[in-house]
Amino acid sequence: MTDDPRRIPLHNLHLSLGARMVPFAGWEMPVQYPMGVMAEHLHTREKAGLFDVSHMGQVLVTPDDGRMEAAALALESLIPADVLGLPQGRQRYGLFTNDAGGILDDLMFANRGDHFLLVVNAGCTDQDIAHLQTLEGVTVTPVTDRGLLALQGPLAAEVLARLVPAVAAMRFMDSQILDWNGVDLWVSRSGYTGEDGFEISIPEARLADFAKALLDQPEVAPIGLGARDSLRLEAGMPLYGHDMDGTVTPAQAALGWSIPKVRRTGGARAGGFPGAGIILSELADGATSVRRGLRPEGRAPIREGVAIFDQAEGGKVIGHVSSGGFGPSVGGPMAMARLPADLVDGATLHAELRGKRIPVSITPLPFVTPSYKR
Amino acid sequence: MLKYTEDHEWLRAEGDEVVVGITPHASEQLGDVVFIELPDEGREVEAGEEVVVIESVKAASDISAPIAGVITAVNAALADAPGSVNDDPQAAWFFRIKPADPKAIEGFMDEAAYQALIG
Repeated sequence: MTDDPRRIPLHNLHLSLGARMVPFAGWEMPVQYPMGVMAEHLHTREKAGLFDVSHMGQVLVTPDDGRMEAAALALESLIPADVLGLPQGRQRYGLFTNDAGGILDDLMFANRGDHFLLVVNAGCTDQDIAHLQTLEGVTVTPVTDRGLLALQGPLAAEVLARLVPAVAAMRFMDSQILDWNGVDLWVSRSGYTGEDGFEISIPEARLADFAKALLDQPEVAPIGLGARDSLRLEAGMPLYGHDMDGTVTPAQAALGWSIPKVRRTGGARAGGFPGAGIILSELADGATSVRRGLRPEGRAPIREGVAIFDQAEGGKVIGHVSSGGFGPSVGGPMAMARLPADLVDGATLHAELRGKRIPVSITPLPFVTPSYKR
Repeated sequence: MLKYTEDHEWLRAEGDEVVVGITPHASEQLGDVVFIELPDEGREVEAGEEVVVIESVKAASDISAPIAGVITAVNAALADAPGSVNDDPQAAWFFRIKPADPKAIEGFMDEAAYQALIG
């Protein structure tokens, strides 16, 4: 980990756009542009924001015998999701779990007819590939010659359809290979902002051309990781390594929804993934602590690590903020924390900030209503 | 005439008091400011003592008292409009301090020296 951060293919384009580059998950990434985090966030909610997420891992998993069922079942031995039931051209969200029932990573996986495309977190890519390579009967191919962009916002579909008309017909979580000037784009209608939008994988040789074609559209502005974080937090989406990790179970991370009936106790393909015993009994009985949303009183953000107390004075620590910051669309501070499951929405707790206790109320996630095109 | 600290504060002498704010360079580095906590008026502070908390969208930072003295006034309007620190950092003053040593301000950088510091 002492290596210098790696550069993404569009490094120079970001510099020319005035980006401030920071190390993130082993890569040098644009955290913000001259517009600033607040304006970038609001631009994405109002128009269309272009994110470079080329640091993320793209991996192909191909069945050796050509049978997608075999590859699906192999993936199901690592991921507690319905991979077998995923139709061609569709994508789902899932988790890699460990023997302790914790979360190794979260990912998107798409059925592309004769193989699966997985998109994983940058910081987990090497570990995930090694994990996948333990599977038998499939070939695991890291995609190293493509970048990944996300176009997010209410005008994303209109803008992208100017370049690639076929995207207009895609639904939320569709995954397709589409042509743009002779280039094969891997397009999914998904994202990490709570807005309608697309994630687009592009061959590195044409990545800059495609990014510039999008930036030429008047509705599009480049958006950095700073706004990506506030957008996903408002949308109630957890961030790996912060809101969940190898010590946090799916139920504790409030991600039980990603584990369908068919993989749960009594289902046709129940269990059969790492930590299944712990994960499934906890889903059935309920976790004792669960990721919740918090809205602090006043304007002071409460950030990762801040202790949450049950009382305004004295009392005990009942959790810590796992992600927190200021929500430009919410118009105030917001946070997530794992807290005792028996606390009701609206309950008042107390965050200790610089020696003072600030009232915070438990708020249903997401903080803003998503606008996906289902 | 403004003086500057290495912590990117500007200082302006007014009578026997000093008005303190942060420079455009500091404001730009902080990013969008969303919350400011000001000290109590009448508080006696040492040089280097943390007196203001600034939260930007990215992180929390402190502002230290550049000189020892008594806080005589704070800019309460900043609590409701923290973004004014980004809009016009030279106008968005944080607090006034009456220095224990009336000559304390003389030791700080002038405009030319500060510009050289931030390059």
